[in-house]
Amino acid sequence: MLTIADLQKGEKAIILDFPLDTIPLKLIEMGCLPGNEVMLIQTTLFNGPLFLTINGSNIAVRKDTASQILIDKIV
Amino acid sequence: MSDSMIKVALIGNPNTGKTSLFNHLTGLNQKVGNYPGITVDKKTGICKLSKTQKASILDLPGTYSLNASSADEKIAIEILNDSSNKFYPDLAIVVTDVEQLKRNLLIFTQIKDLEIPTLLVINMADRMQSKGISIDIPQLEADLNTKIVVISSKLQTGINDVKEAIINYASLSTKRSIAAEKITQNTITNPELVNSLSKLELKKIQHRETIIRYQFINEALKKSYKIDREKASDLQAKLDRVFTHKIFGYVIFGVLLLLIFQVIFEWSSVPMDFIDGAFGSLADWTKETLPEGMFTNLLAEGIIAGLGGIVIFIPQIAFLFLFIAILEESGYMSRVVFLMDKIMRRFGLSGKSVVPLISGAACAIPAIMATRNIESWKERLITILVTPFITCSARLPVYAILIALIIPSERVFWFFNWQGITLMLLYLVGFAIALLSAYILHKTLKIESKSYFVVEMPKYKVPLFKNVAFTVLEKTKAFVFEAGKIILAISIILWVLASVGVNDTFKNADQIITESVSKNGFNEIQEISLSNKIARYEKSLVEEAVEAKKTITALDINSAIAEKTPAFREAVIEDEIAALRLENSALGTIGKAIEPAIKPLGYDWKIGIALVSSFAAREVFIGTLATIYSVGSEGDDEEANTIKAKMQSEVHAASGKKVFTFASGISLLLFYAFAMQCMSTLAIVKRETNGWKWPMIQLFGMTAIAYIAGLIAYQFLK
Repeated sequence: MLTIADLQKGEKAIILDFPLDTIPLKLIEMGCLPGNEVMLIQTTLFNGPLFLTINGSNIAVRKDTASQILIDKIV
Repeated sequence: MSDSMIKVALIGNPNTGKTSLFNHLTGLNQKVGNYPGITVDKKTGICKLSKTQKASILDLPGTYSLNASSADEKIAIEILNDSSNKFYPDLAIVVTDVEQLKRNLLIFTQIKDLEIPTLLVINMADRMQSKGISIDIPQLEADLNTKIVVISSKLQTGINDVKEAIINYASLSTKRSIAAEKITQNTITNPELVNSLSKLELKKIQHRETIIRYQFINEALKKSYKIDREKASDLQAKLDRVFTHKIFGYVIFGVLLLLIFQVIFEWSSVPMDFIDGAFGSLADWTKETLPEGMFTNLLAEGIIAGLGGIVIFIPQIAFLFLFIAILEESGYMSRVVFLMDKIMRRFGLSGKSVVPLISGAACAIPAIMATRNIESWKERLITILVTPFITCSARLPVYAILIALIIPSERVFWFFNWQGITLMLLYLVGFAIALLSAYILHKTLKIESKSYFVVEMPKYKVPLFKNVAFTVLEKTKAFVFEAGKIILAISIILWVLASVGVNDTFKNADQIITESVSKNGFNEIQEISLSNKIARYEKSLVEEAVEAKKTITALDINSAIAEKTPAFREAVIEDEIAALRLENSALGTIGKAIEPAIKPLGYDWKIGIALVSSFAAREVFIGTLATIYSVGSEGDDEEANTIKAKMQSEVHAASGKKVFTFASGISLLLFYAFAMQCMSTLAIVKRETNGWKWPMIQLFGMTAIAYIAGLIAYQFLK
């Protein structure tokens, strides 16, 4: 399965699912919900955080969080 | 608080302009405090609604929801769920950003569930046109069961409509926007539910709840919120391509930091000189005007000098916080947090530690208070523990005089000289030891705390003057009051210790010195200090003549000097008496008592006194040395040179070797770089960590590092 961590810069995807116990509630509240669109805007050196647009908001999350969010790429 | 006052609570997501609205409503009638027992900022203010009516406004911390997952959110829920709470509002104002309306409405639907009169404020109306947004307000009001006011905190439109709505709060709807039966297990209206469930069960319910709320919001917005994507400009994305670039992003941040520090030093030197002079003259004036005695001395040497020691740092601190506020308001700081997170994480810190660490270059007190938004307790604690290693303003005067003493001022290349390079190295050493100790703490501290990192990257915007000004004011106030009371108290204690004699020498100091001088004449050092005074007087005479465009002959100068010399001799004797008194005071005894401990570092008991006094605030070092070396405090530029000359000629009593050599100087510089010599910081750390454990670890740990560094430096270099 693909996750947000597999996205390339500029790629869009639809959020499918994520493990509820490890994903911060704050991310869910900000609109990280199944069915919503996510786009990768920017990455950082040394596998640092990812800069995403989720549900119209710009959000930075660490890679370990991003790699738990399953997606379906929009081509 | 009178009963007629309307109680208003402002609530909303971060970056919605909630604080701007608060500033517009309350102006300068605001204060920042703490909720009892926890470290969440409590901002309250008074708003004048009409000639007769006022409202008290509570600015709740910016949160994304009312789900109690952080201290900020818990406070909001506690207040809004308990009608007997003294902050329980008559009405809640939810502030939203027109561009982020969907996400911002989540918390609105939660507030509505509490059935409090609620007003919805949609901010940033000035952006609607450029972003191609249109809203059918009556339709949205009907769907959400609320009254809506559209404002622009930037253009200050709609503020009066908000005030009017506050006056008529009784007419606001208290009906929920989402029908109660849709959310069967509502954690907002039923806080007991939260405690009865396991963490995962609770999260499942909150997850489901969030989905239902978003479904409702999407339905409502579909009818009334239109956005023409064609019109939306992509300037924001272009800015992010530059500012968060993998390489340029770091380059830009580095250059920006250098520029900021350069500018702070340039700008603050003028007001600092002025403050220094003003307090010096005030102390002199006090001594001359008031009748001689204990109280006058306490006032002039204890209290006024102590106050001067606080006020002198205001320019540097205010300027640094000006820049930090601008960077935060503009949205840039969040990008820095994003860029720095991975690097900081290696050391057990968070990207959010960057702001406290930069602030630490001004003063550790507001810096430690700025750690509050770091979610992980472990990362926050480590940030708190290492921030005092960053070179703060109070270290600079100490560095300046020691560097001038032991480092040659030769130019190396271009505009660099060894002294400047040494200062820069000291900054880097402070930063390096902060990171190193963070790394060690990260590896050794056994604290389980979930480290998560979700940071909103707000839109870039031009900072609002009012918001920046209020932030600077608030941070500077934190320094003045938090540090001020302790610096003042310790200044007074030190003064007392220095004024209490422990033996007869203290009592008879004037007699001893006068007799010795009349019998043996001036010794070498006294002669130097006399000739220094004369030289300075001569220089001032020449300068005066030049300024008045008069010629002055050597003869004139000589006769003027001859006339003044007895007074100068008198002053030298006075200084000498003060020095002898200090040596035999309680403070001098303490200095001598610790001498064996600091001898391996190359210090004598006089430096010992200065080290002890530095616990009030580091810069007290210089003033103390001035007294010990009997320079007297005349409060002008020449004073520093005199102290320098004195320090240079100072020798160990036993061996006759110089006290201030390269080795002991470097040892002292490192000691000051690492030691925890700030009681005010310890007090703040105690408050932020809820106990004495961590500040004590900080005190002993940092001072141990300082001692070892000083010891190694001296033993290797001597």
